Amino acid sequence: MQGPVGTKSDKSDASPAQAASPQSGAAKINGAGSTFVYPCMTKWASEYNKKTGLQVNYQSIGSSGGINQVRQNTTDFGATDTPMNAEQMKETNNEILHIPVVMGAVAVTYNVAGVDKPLKLSGQTIADIYLGKIKKWNDAAIAKTNDGVKLPETDIVTVQRADGSGTTGVFSDFLSKVSPEWKEKVGTGLSLKWPTQGVASKGNEGVAGSVQRTANSIGYVEVVYAQQNKMAVAEIQNAAGEFVTPSVDSVSKAAADLKEIPDDLRLSITNAAAPGAYPIAGITWALARRKIANPESAKAVKDFLAFALGDEAQGMVATLNYSKLGGDLLKKARDKAALIE
Amino acid sequence: MEKKPGSPVRLFSTYARSSTRRVRLMDGIAGKGTMAAGLLIVALLVLLLNEMFRLSLPAICHFGIGFFTSSDWDPQGERFGVLPFLYGTLVSSAIALVIAIPFGIGTALFLTELAPQRLRGAVAFVVDMLAAIPSVVYGLWGVFVLAPLMQSHVGPFLEKTLGFLPLFRGPFYGGVSMLTAGLILAVMVVPFIVAIAREVLLTVPVDLKAASYALGATQWETIWKVVLPYSRVGIGGGVVLALGRALGETMAVTMVIGNQPRINASILQPGYSMAAVLANEFNEASSKLYLSVLVEVGLTLFLVTFLINIAARVLLWRMRSVHPH
Repeated sequence: MQGPVGTKSDKSDASPAQAASPQSGAAKINGAGSTFVYPCMTKWASEYNKKTGLQVNYQSIGSSGGINQVRQNTTDFGATDTPMNAEQMKETNNEILHIPVVMGAVAVTYNVAGVDKPLKLSGQTIADIYLGKIKKWNDAAIAKTNDGVKLPETDIVTVQRADGSGTTGVFSDFLSKVSPEWKEKVGTGLSLKWPTQGVASKGNEGVAGSVQRTANSIGYVEVVYAQQNKMAVAEIQNAAGEFVTPSVDSVSKAAADLKEIPDDLRLSITNAAAPGAYPIAGITWALARRKIANPESAKAVKDFLAFALGDEAQGMVATLNYSKLGGDLLKKARDKAALIE
Repeated sequence: MEKKPGSPVRLFSTYARSSTRRVRLMDGIAGKGTMAAGLLIVALLVLLLNEMFRLSLPAICHFGIGFFTSSDWDPQGERFGVLPFLYGTLVSSAIALVIAIPFGIGTALFLTELAPQRLRGAVAFVVDMLAAIPSVVYGLWGVFVLAPLMQSHVGPFLEKTLGFLPLFRGPFYGGVSMLTAGLILAVMVVPFIVAIAREVLLTVPVDLKAASYALGATQWETIWKVVLPYSRVGIGGGVVLALGRALGETMAVTMVIGNQPRINASILQPGYSMAAVLANEFNEASSKLYLSVLVEVGLTLFLVTFLINIAARVLLWRMRSVHPH
């Protein structure tokens, strides 16, 4: 390692002053945002440091924080699990690019005694459970897709995220696509007004814990938390009618043959119709201003994102349970990153 | 705020006239320094209030008084009401006090009046240690020990015995509930009540107690009729301090209260508190109005704590003026 800055950076320091204005020397790049992508960014930063000696600081302050810092020009790049909305895009003076970097899945997990093989659930069923229309585990709608599974006649306890979160964003985006009633009554967002009386916990680890401790509960978490805790994970029906387990591959398939990719790359990959595609999947975007005043930091951000979208960096995300980009989406993401000047 | 450099200081100066110049200089610096520190605190409070008010102005203008009467909380539809959170904060703190006051005063009485001399120091030390435990540790204990216990035993027992009251009805959602939050808070505030009540009880003059015994009173009668009336204002101060802690507690509460913005008649069901919603939703509050609403929730919490403190102080002041102990 031949880093120009000899000391290790303190990643836990989240003060905005630390992330303030791009450095003149461009020996350091500051990023901030999504907590979901933090382990991945850290891995990339350390690999990038080995290769180039440049230091990348990434602060996991949450997607909204990342969006705000990019808009206020207090960080070199941001990262978010949900794209900026129209209002935010309009109110920002600079053109901000959405560059997909990695994908992840939201697993539906449950704690039902006596169910020994993965439950198969359709999106409509999940929506109805969270709308409070399906109240018991042995409801006909659940039984229909689960032949031979002995379902108890117990009340379903729904578990949700209490804090605003991209996980909730992806989950509700999927439910809005499969259930018109959900779309109308609840909608898509980082924080929601939940129709059911249930338990809300903070963070993925909180939801995972609540589901494990609460009998007859159902919840949703980033897939890695369900795997770490060895929790039961449901197979979800995709738009092609198949029931699919969330995995690194089934998420990549969700983005494999997208028919239409919008020019600004603010797309949703939930409820994909591709064969084998897992339907509750989401993209994490890096956010960068298209025109960066300081040419050196512009080059530094551009180079780092090019590295992140390179074959080597994309190849290492699977070990961290993220899904790599592929096909047209990867190509378009690379083109988008090249626009930074 | 300003402390007059009153007579004791002057007395001292005349007494030590030999080195007067230095002493006077030091006195001046100390006086000015402490005054500056005091004023700075007041200024900080005013600035804080001002800033919170400024940031919550969009929400105040948008919702007006409806903010305090609505129990709707819909971040997507941008409809916000603080009522469920206000209710949760007040109810969980009230539960905490109902449990903590008898325990706290009982412990303090035991430590000052009844316990063998050797035991007093040790028990007092342990109680003081309770106050030093970080709240997140209490939260974890609540999640892993208390909540399962609430679901398997306490909840069903309360529903069976007191279920005729709407206050104690299930279903139990994994043991997280308003009552669980109240219990955790009770454990957290007991040390405050004990510490202060103990100091106050120790100030009860031995003469008074001796006189009571001399008149033939039993120990219980002495405690009930002499010791407690003498020290109730001081103990009341301890309770106010405990209440302040309970109202503002964030981490432990959000881990066990269930985080549901609804007003339930039953304390065995989930609720939400103002501090908890701030901790949960502040990070990802994306729109301006949403952010402003959360600041207004913070302002409400601030004002509630402030008002309760003032009310308690007035109460204590009146108690003192009626019975001048």
